Amino acid sequence: MWITVVNIGWAVSAALVLWMVYDWFKVDTSYSEETLTSSREGEIEATSEKHKL
Amino acid sequence: MVQAAAASSAPVQKVSLLRVLGPAHVWALGVGIVLVGEYTGWNFAADKGGTLAALIICWVIGLLYTSVAMIDSEVTSTVAAAGGQYAQAKHIVGPLMAFNVALYLVFAYTMLEVSNAILIADTIKAYAGDGFGDWHYRGAIATVIVVLATLNYRGVLMTLNVNFVITAIAYLAIIVLFFSVQPWSQGAVLKLGEMVTPENALPYGWIGVIAGFHWGIWYYLGIEGTTQAAEEVRSPARSLPYGTMAGMITLLIGASLTWYICASLMPWQYLGFTYYPLLDAGKLTGSKTLETMMFIATILAAVASANGCINDAARAWFSLGRDRYLPTWFSAVHPKYRTPYRSILFLLPIALAFAFIANLGQAITFSILSGVLHYTFMSVNIIMFRNKWPLGTIRRGYTHPFHPLPAVVLFVLCVVTYFAIFLGYGAQLTAMVVFYIIMSVWFHFYRYRYVKRGDQFTMPWPKPRGY
Repeated sequence: MWITVVNIGWAVSAALVLWMVYDWFKVDTSYSEETLTSSREGEIEATSEKHKL
Repeated sequence: MVQAAAASSAPVQKVSLLRVLGPAHVWALGVGIVLVGEYTGWNFAADKGGTLAALIICWVIGLLYTSVAMIDSEVTSTVAAAGGQYAQAKHIVGPLMAFNVALYLVFAYTMLEVSNAILIADTIKAYAGDGFGDWHYRGAIATVIVVLATLNYRGVLMTLNVNFVITAIAYLAIIVLFFSVQPWSQGAVLKLGEMVTPENALPYGWIGVIAGFHWGIWYYLGIEGTTQAAEEVRSPARSLPYGTMAGMITLLIGASLTWYICASLMPWQYLGFTYYPLLDAGKLTGSKTLETMMFIATILAAVASANGCINDAARAWFSLGRDRYLPTWFSAVHPKYRTPYRSILFLLPIALAFAFIANLGQAITFSILSGVLHYTFMSVNIIMFRNKWPLGTIRRGYTHPFHPLPAVVLFVLCVVTYFAIFLGYGAQLTAMVVFYIIMSVWFHFYRYRYVKRGDQFTMPWPKPRGY
């Protein structure tokens, strides 16, 4: 049984890797680099959790 | 032309990590990463110092990690950013420390992920019988790593929901096993008095206890990973301390129960040798149901751990990119799934490569070493944090008691653990320290020129005392 499960696992893994690479390519070509890397540390912190004592 | 000009002046659409997690997810992340340590790893402490040493270490290392959890909860409830201890180090100590801490994190979690994948493949191989060759062994490793990477790629909420369920099942399995062996009736199934005698309790004396610290780390390694979720929890000041401390309590109970069951069923020579102490305990009860339950639970615990490790390593790597400590390319967030997808994809082949070439002992040791380096930093970090921003100067979600006692305890226990690692894996210890020194030199003389120095300090805090 385990041999069959692992063989299926190989196929699933290959399919998932292909999907991730495809999705990666799709995202990188659909959005600008500026948008994708626009996350900034502490932005939500600065707006929602003011350091007031 | 006009359109191009308008486009270039339009505000950039912001994409950031999603705040969707609660305390239960934090618990699932921390306990999920660690619980596999009860299923394998801690028991090698018995090989170094005997069964009683494993219990002493369980509680002493428990003290180390309680200090870690308390210190971490205080600092992270204030520095709520992905990267966890990396962001803490950056704000409190400085960029070089932060760079090293991030490397410790990435190494600790990636190697732990690798160890978990190897453990799952080993466990399946032990049950699969003839015909389960290298191809199948590697297939099990690849399946675990790739499926979990995909889960992480698709979103943090589902990733940690899955972790919550499988961690809870794996933990409940320990509780069920404990009550199944009638712990209230010594001699019925459990035979602690026969297994641990005054003659064999500490076969190598106290030096054996010290040597066992190395593997004792495995009881709790990774609980500090809860902080990596800081940027994705809805209320960091509440959820992180609550989830982390609840996780630590869960683990202290789980570790003690695990020791009691295993120490009462196996002689120390076997306990220190087996890769599957709880699975073997299930077998030794003679119940096929309990054996099957512990087999499933072993796999689930390892899956939960690998899943949490992928989550944490990717966030640490992502944070390095965001501050330009590494190319900013790594700091991309998926616009739909809101995950650090490039970091997840980048670390995927690295984990696979290590899992295919490393053995379990080496991978665990690299993970433990990086963890201990990281805990040493935390003891220094909290002293500096309290000195620079004393109580009352900034808002803290949690304030840990008895300062500086936890920091001192943590530092002393880390020094003892270094000695223990040196006794067993001196070459790896030296190699890793040399690696971190080389990386520090590279960062200081080459990479730091690309960092926008003012941009990296983001917390809206007052100036530190003395500056």
